[in-house]
Formats: sequence, structure tokens, C-alpha cells
Amino acid sequence: MQKSLLIDPAKCTSCLQCEMACSFEHEGVFNPAKSRIKIFEFEHGARAIPYTCTQCAEAWCMHACPVEAITKNATTGAMEVNEAVCVGCKVCTIACPFGTINYNKDTGKVIKCDLCGGDPQCAEACPTDAITYVDSSWTGYERMQEWAVKTQTHQA
Amino acid sequence: MGWQRQILRVNLTEGTSTVEPLNMDWANDYLGERGLATKYLWEMMDPKADAMSPENVLIFATGPLTGTMASTSGRYAVVTKGPLTNAIACSNSGGKFGAELKYAGYDLLILEGRSDKPVYLHIVDDEVQILPADDIWGTTVWHTEEYLKAHHQNPLLKVASIGVSGEKGVLFACVVNDLHRAAGRSGVGAVMGSKNLKAIAVHGTKGVAVKDPKAFMKAVNHTKKLLEDNEGRQDLTENGTNSMIDMMQEFGGLPTRNFNEVQFEGTENINPAAMKKVHANGHRNLLTNKACFGCTIACGRIAHIDKDHFSIVNRPQYRHASGGLEYETAYAFGPVVGVDDIDALTFAGYMMNEHGMDPISFGATLAAAMELYEMGVLTEKDTDGVPLNFGNAEALTIMAEKTGKFEGFGQQLGLGSKRLCEKYGHPELSMSVKGQEFAGYDSRALQGMGLGYATSNRGACHLKHDTFAEDMEDQTGAGKAVACKSSQDRVSAVDSTGLCLFTTAAWGLEEFAMQIDGACEGEWTEARLLEIGERVWNLERRFNLAAGLTAADDTLPKRLLEVPAPSGTAKGKVNQLDIMLPQYYQERGWTPDGVPTNETLSRLRL
Repeated sequence: MQKSLLIDPAKCTSCLQCEMACSFEHEGVFNPAKSRIKIFEFEHGARAIPYTCTQCAEAWCMHACPVEAITKNATTGAMEVNEAVCVGCKVCTIACPFGTINYNKDTGKVIKCDLCGGDPQCAEACPTDAITYVDSSWTGYERMQEWAVKTQTHQA
Repeated sequence: MGWQRQILRVNLTEGTSTVEPLNMDWANDYLGERGLATKYLWEMMDPKADAMSPENVLIFATGPLTGTMASTSGRYAVVTKGPLTNAIACSNSGGKFGAELKYAGYDLLILEGRSDKPVYLHIVDDEVQILPADDIWGTTVWHTEEYLKAHHQNPLLKVASIGVSGEKGVLFACVVNDLHRAAGRSGVGAVMGSKNLKAIAVHGTKGVAVKDPKAFMKAVNHTKKLLEDNEGRQDLTENGTNSMIDMMQEFGGLPTRNFNEVQFEGTENINPAAMKKVHANGHRNLLTNKACFGCTIACGRIAHIDKDHFSIVNRPQYRHASGGLEYETAYAFGPVVGVDDIDALTFAGYMMNEHGMDPISFGATLAAAMELYEMGVLTEKDTDGVPLNFGNAEALTIMAEKTGKFEGFGQQLGLGSKRLCEKYGHPELSMSVKGQEFAGYDSRALQGMGLGYATSNRGACHLKHDTFAEDMEDQTGAGKAVACKSSQDRVSAVDSTGLCLFTTAAWGLEEFAMQIDGACEGEWTEARLLEIGERVWNLERRFNLAAGLTAADDTLPKRLLEVPAPSGTAKGKVNQLDIMLPQYYQERGWTPDGVPTNETLSRLRL
């Protein structure tokens, strides 16, 4: 079963455990500046929204890459950057409509979410289930369920 | 590992900044944050120096676990000599600023001297700039933060700054970071203002490494689970710290109308249930909860004010959400001044954050002024025409703003209760120790709390010891000296880690030790942390003694020692400090005059 990250901003407390977990997995240090997932705060901190790559099926970054450094992981569905091939041209960062692939000046390569090979550490670290990893065909299941119950107009 | 092993020293007189290696001998003996900053302060300044003079040193200190995945890893401390107390000040804060400072590569930021013109610091990793603050001097904390992010085109900057109150020397001005987190107590913001330093804006990209990643993450996951399953933690997440107001009301330990009473008739209008209540017009005070950096508790409250409330009805700029009531703000704008209008309390909280002031000292100072007013010592001539009766919600909101802007009678309130009450001839009305006002716990009902207040090195404080369980169980001084001393040592160690004291709902020192052991070189045990805590406490004491404080300063106001509690569990009781204090000195290994003996000092390698 292919899975996707499911993000529920209403549950996010902006603790940044996800950003630390992401950088720790990929860089070996706790460093939100190198996180592939970012939390954005709005309205004096009243709202916090996690944002990361959604792994487009027809990924703009992949199509734009002139050296084919970005490929799809057949198991996880993640678009992954092959660092050995990436030349750091940044064309993918222009192509991505969502801004979720970015240049890392320390390595001269781009970085993006790779779903940690199928065990995303952001979801693992999130204390409030604002980030979960679920069946990609049913990311809307819970929301459907919430609305479904509201359509039940008969009194039992 | 754990530590960045580097400190940033900025001399504001010279306009220079230098990077130097962290003294690892000191780090091993004082750990970080509160402890390590105390050691640097002790080595760098004459404790007798005027707190507002260039000779005072202002230190922003992270701990070895700041910026790691350990839960609540966002803490940093501001350590300096406090102008409110003329004693050592140690105020810690959460939010995101502390971790960012660490990520820029620094364990400590040490500020010396005084700039001849208003400046702010701009730090991006190794690039450190001291820049003119002309465009932000005289403006609020909220404006300063927004301005600096826009001006540097860097939304990732984290900012710690002061408001006008700090610039003008309000003696309980604080340093606010991330809009509504603060190094709140003892006037550390006034020290920053005295140095002509408006703000510190920092962005760091270096990350924090740990000694043994596998062992560290094992410890972190274990301790996080303990927090997750803990009932105290669950209540903090659900209700914030304000759960305490119902508990203190029932117990009879809720300081009311300047400590004339210990129970308040209006708590149900300002308690967690009131914060969640949906009013007829659809308004609900509480919007959501909010975490500091790395925190899996998220006790912070985000609230908003009813748009029709008198405080903001013609002021659309305050119709947004911001930091909401926590227990100490609820107490300081509520019972102690006799007000139960939740929107007025929330507005006063906005004023504290926007203008950079300690709500506890502000509230308790206003309470003293209200008592002076009701006695007829102060009149409307003194108070800009505002009747300062207990319970006057409008007076609360007006005076909060006036003090923040340093206008009119706000300038008098800005002195703090001790100086204000002395000025008007009634020093006995100041509910403070060493010039610093009490938090929301009455010492007659909570005996150990009274001892903790009296002996806290930064003046009255509820966060430097923890005898809560003992106090709830028994309303006498028996056994409190031992509990107070050992908890002070424990808390001093926790305050030196970079983590939050609230984790102690679920953790003992063992849990801190296992996380530090995974992060830092050397072997870290509970016993070692306890020894560090005791060392830190005694060094703070030495600083205060050298500054001129004596055992006579380890006391409580007469109201708590001589006037019995009028109601509640401790009805008829006074605080038994006379019994507890000598036992405490003995327990500490101090002379009957409260001076650490040579034996104690050498045992602690001081």
C-alpha cells in the first residue's frame, strides 16, 4: 500500500519536533534550517501550519531536472533526489509550484522530502497527530467520516 | 556535543563582538543555562555594581539540551544583576529564540558595557552586527519583531526585545521573545534598556549534534512517553497552568486584594472553564493552545478579546489573537487586584507582552497601589483621575497600558511595589521579598512556598523550588526546610539543562540525566546533577552576599507572618518562617547568619 503524509493544521501546536526529526534523519543533527518540512505561523501564532512536499504524481521538479537526478521511488511513491547525479542547477526549485524543493548551499545539491524511505520521522515525532502517514488513496477518509455523520438527519 | 562549545561576547561600549571557546571546565561543573551563566557572571562582574550601570553584565544562556529533540528544549535564561532586587536575576523563557541562538553556534551571548546610542544585534551564524536602532527605539515589542523581520527580509529571524518600559527603566521590565514568551522577572529588560540595546535578532543554521545519537533518541523517546501518559501533563495541555486557580481557591491559598484575603469570589469568571465558555454573541476567550520550541506539552494559551469589550471597542488593532491567560497572569490581573472581567485580564496580558513587562510584579504593585488608594493615601490627583478601587477592571487596563508606555501614574507603578509603598509611607503594604513581588500562592496556606519565597536568590519566586505536594498535605512548617532545600537544588539543575521545569510533572533528575548523558561528553547521573544544582544555588547566594544582601533579606512581609489567614484550609494560621528558616540554614550547611560555611564551599568546590 502506498502511503502519504496527511497534515491536519488544526492539531499543530508549532513545537517543531517534526523539523528537528527531519533534519536529524537526513543530516544527523537537530537543525530546522535543513528541515524538509516547515511550520508556518499566522495571526500572532494562533494558527500553525505544517507544509512539505506532497509527492506529485507528475512532479514538476522531476520533469524539469536536466540530468534526471530526481526519480520516483516505486515503493513509497516519493520523488527522490539522487545526490550523486544532482548538479545543483536549481531548475527544479523554479519548476516546483509549491516551493518544497530547496537548494542546500552547504552541499551544492537540492533537498526535498523523501518520506524517509517509507518511515517518515516527522509523523513519528509529532506529538499531536497533526502529521500522520496514511493510505494515499484514503487521505480524505477521516474528513469524509466527519461530514458523513453530519448528514445523518434521522433521530435514532 | 550538546554544547556548541562557543560563546559570543559583545562589548556595547566598544561596539565590538568576539567569539571565544566555551570554558569546558565550567560547563562540566555548571552544565549550562542558569548555572553556567551564573558562573560567568560571578567571574566577570563586581556584585556591588549598580544593576543599571555599564558594569552590569547581561547574559543570554542556552543549555546543552536546548535545540535538541528532548521535549521542551526551547529554554534559555537571562542572567544578570536585577534592578528590582539588587540581587542576582535569573529569568528563563521559552518560545523559539533560545534554540535559534544555539543554532547560530553559541551556548552563551554575553553583553557588556553600554552603547552610547540605541542599537540592536543582528546575528546570522558567524555574522554579528551591532546596528543603529533609531527606527525601533520607542516602539513596542510587537512592532520591533515585525519590523526586524521585514527590514532584514528574513521571516526566519527570531527576536528578543524590550518595549518602552525597558527603555525607560521600569524595574520589572522583561525581555520578550516570539511575541508572547518572556524572560519575565526581576527587571532583566530594564538592564537591557540601560545598555541601550533594543533587540537581538538571530537566525542560525548550524544545528546541534549529540554525543551518542542512538542512546540520546532512546532516552528522548522514553521521557516523551512518560510525559504523554502523565495526568499532570494532560491537564497542562488541556487547561494550561490556570487549572491552579480553582485548586488555590478551594484550598484558600489564592492571594486576593493585596493578600488581605486568600480566596476570591470571582474565580469562576476567569478560570479555565470561563476561558472556554461560549458567550451569547458567540465569543469564546480561548482559541487554542500553543507550544514553545520542542515542547510536547503545549501549555501556552492563545486567546482573543471580545470585540465589544470596553478595552478594545474603539481599537481594532487589538482584535487579533495573542497570548492568553496563564495562572500567574490570571492571579496578577484577577484576585490580587480584585478583578474578574476576563476580557480586561486578557487585555492586560496583551499590554504586558506588547510593552514588555512582568505581569506578576505589575499586578502585585497595582494591588498595593489600590490598597493605598482605598486607605486614602493615594487620591485621584495622584492616579491621573483614575479611581484605583479594588475590582476596577478599567483601572487595570488603563494602568497596564500607562506603565507599559511609561506615562503618568504608570511611572510610579513602574517602580515596583517596594519603592512605591516606601515612597507613600507604607512599606508594609508591599507584598514582596528582596523587592520582588509574590506569585499567586499565599505563604500562610503554603508554608514551604513561604520559605521558598524568603530564600529564593532572585527574590520572591514560585519557580525556584517545589514543595507543593508537602504544602498541600500539611499546613505547618514541619519538614519544609528539608523539602525546600532539596527541591531548590533539583530545580537549579533542571534550569541549567535547557529544558522546562514543567516536565517535572513526569520526570525526576534521573530522566534529565539520561538525556544529558546521551547528548554530552562525560558521565551524567542524577547525583551529579543534584551536586551541580547545589553548587549553582550556593554560587547565587555568594553573589547576593557579595552584593550586600544579608540574612535579614530572607524574610516575608508582616502580613504573612503576623496576620492570620482569614479563611480556607489554613484559616487562623500565619507563616512559620521563624521555625523553618534556622532549620533551612542548617540543612544548607550555612551559618546561623545564612552564610555558606567553608566546609560547604569546599565540598561544592566553590
